[in-house]
Amino acid sequence: MTVGDKSTDHSFKRDLLAALPNLRAFAVSLTGRHHVADDLVQDTIMKAWAKQDHFEPGTNMKAWLFTILRNEFYSQMRKRGREVSDTDGIFTSQLSTHPQQYGSLDLQDFKRALDQLPSDQREAIILVGASGFAYEEAAEICGCAVGTIKSRINRARNKLQEILGVSGEGDYGPDAHSSAVIKKAFAI
Amino acid sequence: MTEHSKKAPATNGLPGMAAFHPGVSAQLREYYQSVQEEGIPDRFLQLLEQLDVAERQASESTRIKDNAR
Repeated sequence: MTVGDKSTDHSFKRDLLAALPNLRAFAVSLTGRHHVADDLVQDTIMKAWAKQDHFEPGTNMKAWLFTILRNEFYSQMRKRGREVSDTDGIFTSQLSTHPQQYGSLDLQDFKRALDQLPSDQREAIILVGASGFAYEEAAEICGCAVGTIKSRINRARNKLQEILGVSGEGDYGPDAHSSAVIKKAFAI
Repeated sequence: MTEHSKKAPATNGLPGMAAFHPGVSAQLREYYQSVQEEGIPDRFLQLLEQLDVAERQASESTRIKDNAR
């Protein structure tokens, strides 16, 4: 029945729209770059739209969309044949930080610190710490065990504290490369 | 499942964050929030509109074909 189909489409679009700001924030914090993130979100919308028959109404639309975006992110990274490298990070963090966009200087520092994490740790801490997912949901989205998510979050948290100097000098001072990145990032 | 019963604390959507250093977790949320507050760029609203229109036209033409049978 077309009437039934239409109302389903309607709520699909409405739910997608509702999840979009959160999805986009995930993309931006995952990629560290607004324009890359927005391309990723666009690809995700197209994929989700094409696959909407596979979506079971009543299940978690947000988790479904995040999964699509994450898969898209890694498949694009594989296509480019590289992890977004640190050198790239230095260059792009200087290019893509919009000081007017983030309330404080601290947030820019935080963004740079987040960019330095390996992407598996970054996504774990974002999903649970900011996107509002439970450990179990984050594990589902990342296709790994709950314990893996927890340990990635731990490592991410330690690394962030270390980079931002929140907990002072630890056993794990920044390695030579990341301190070079920090120096470079702060040398402006 | 104990994992599950622990899963939905009253702290509203941020399970596990209690263990975080407040500095790092607060900054993460603040950063994330600042991006969320940028709102939805027009390009996505336009894209959804286009997808919607394309789909309606497609189902419209399917219906015409079906009726013609």
